[in-house]
Amino acid sequence: MARRYSMVAAFAGLIVAIQVATRLTDTPYHLTQLTMTAYYSLLIAGLCMLIGYAGQISIGHAGFFAIGGYVSAFLTTRNLSAHKALPLVSLLRKAGVLVAKPDLYGGDLLVVHPWLACAAAILLAVAIAYVIGGPVLKLRGHYLAMATLGFGIIIYRVALGTAFLGAADGISDVPGFPLPFGLVISGNSSVRVSNYYLAWGLVILGMVLLLNLIHSRVGRALAAVHGAEDAAGAMGIPAARFKLNTFVLSAVFASVAGVFLTHYNGGIGPSEASVMKSVRYVAIVAIGGMANLWGALLMSLVLNYLSLRGYFGTFDDTVFGVILILIMLFAPDGLLRRHLLSDLKRLVSRSDAEEEAP
Amino acid sequence: MAGITYGTIYAIVAIGFNIIYNATGIINFAQGEFVMLGGMTAVTLNRFVPLPVAILGAVAVTTVVGAIIEIVFIRWLRKPSVLRLVIITIGISILIRETALHVWGESIRALPYFTGTSVTSLRLGGVYISPQVLWVVGVSAVAVAALSAFFNRTMLGRQMRACSANRDAARLCGISAGNMVTLSFMISAAIGAIGGCVVCPITYIQYDSGTPLAIKGFTVAILGGLGNSAAAVGAGMILGILESFSIWVLPAAYKEAISIAILLLILFVRPSGIFGSTEAARLKEF
Repeated sequence: MARRYSMVAAFAGLIVAIQVATRLTDTPYHLTQLTMTAYYSLLIAGLCMLIGYAGQISIGHAGFFAIGGYVSAFLTTRNLSAHKALPLVSLLRKAGVLVAKPDLYGGDLLVVHPWLACAAAILLAVAIAYVIGGPVLKLRGHYLAMATLGFGIIIYRVALGTAFLGAADGISDVPGFPLPFGLVISGNSSVRVSNYYLAWGLVILGMVLLLNLIHSRVGRALAAVHGAEDAAGAMGIPAARFKLNTFVLSAVFASVAGVFLTHYNGGIGPSEASVMKSVRYVAIVAIGGMANLWGALLMSLVLNYLSLRGYFGTFDDTVFGVILILIMLFAPDGLLRRHLLSDLKRLVSRSDAEEEAP
Repeated sequence: MAGITYGTIYAIVAIGFNIIYNATGIINFAQGEFVMLGGMTAVTLNRFVPLPVAILGAVAVTTVVGAIIEIVFIRWLRKPSVLRLVIITIGISILIRETALHVWGESIRALPYFTGTSVTSLRLGGVYISPQVLWVVGVSAVAVAALSAFFNRTMLGRQMRACSANRDAARLCGISAGNMVTLSFMISAAIGAIGGCVVCPITYIQYDSGTPLAIKGFTVAILGGLGNSAAAVGAGMILGILESFSIWVLPAAYKEAISIAILLLILFVRPSGIFGSTEAARLKEF
């Protein structure tokens, strides 16, 4: 218990330290990429739960991210003033969930309030996760990988080929996301610091939730399912239901990340749904050590930040491909392991033993 | 006609999947990249040498790449888990694709038509078809026949089949199982490259053409029953024709989404494929 929260406190300390460091070195622009990193990290934490703890790979989580982002972006930018007469629109207006404001050219702009849009986005992601999760999670191994990959590509193709989602351009001019106490999630540089803390606060909240879940009855059941599904079933653990719930939970994390990053960036494009994004998330979970939330989070912080700052240049995707291969070839349990040192010692002594053997 | 052309290339990718799957139980997610690599290499070589030589060269290069992949990334792993192999082959496909991007750039390329030009057409029983379509179908048919003969008639082919049936027993008979796996990657790469060469005058080719091909080839392999290459040809035609008809109903932009939706549907409803037997499928792990 104490250990669990001391890690949370240490991580919060790291986040504060980074902000202070940018303050002291007068490089506040780093915070923009770090904030974006936070939202990707939220998705990765959820995915880590699914891959590492429930043992189900998904190469389609960028799809859920895009569902969240696109639904929210579409609803908060679509002008409904031409449809005022529709019963649904007038009902929503009376309920006070529509926002009216003048647009650039002085006309009326009537859009859905971000909170309702966010709720709709998450609900849609949950619904889709439930519908496809049932049959998808019955599959194993290659088939599960291929099915989730296929799901991701379908979302990507729909985003790319649908005119009202902006096709290849995506949706832009998404407004900020208003919060209580005058806070707002937006990319405006005047709210950069508060957004940095909001984003990482959300990540820490998600981490606390996941950590508690792992150490609960559910988490132990998942561990049993991951270890030996048939044995877990014989003990009376409803494996299919636990797997599905974890899948849906990770979809919620992904869609929430999609919603907020879209409001932060002020837009979303089809590349957010691309296969490479999904593969990148899996790569980060893998290098973090699969069933290691903190490892995944730290790796996400480092790698996403480097990637967003453009350190990898045109080799961006290559870097993640190389990481995937190297990790899977040489350290399938990830880099950040608790017993890294003792493992190394054992490796050294074993190779000595092998040399002596003949 | 477009349906048959695309159907053939899907069938070729599916056969590539099947060869490696039969030998190792691995689904090689980089299968589509072999097709892309074959086509791209042939286009480049064709600038310096005549077309037939360029195609032969491209097939040779891709075959070597297939062998290198197996030797460097797969061969020395001891009892790797399925998840590990999936991720490794995905990583390999990214590497090949990104290398292709840096070598060839983003431009779309194509080989010239083997005979005639893009407007030449042959009259065949009342319909006009492009001679290249005949090339695609003909070359693929020859390739499938040659593969079948190889697996059934030659010593090497029989050794490969022995390995896939029972690796330990094959080893006891003095067959080098490791070499057979390398060979399966080489054959798989070669047939992918041949497919890439014959089809790219019609469909064009680009550094990222591989992934969609891989997923559709996988659809076809599943549709026909994984491991069954003869059924894959029929399944390829079905998918190709379904896909070209889908354009009448839905915008062309959704074409790929349609074929993947078909894949999901098959996986959900009947993972043993329409031609496969449920009995045999029960023994495999879905």
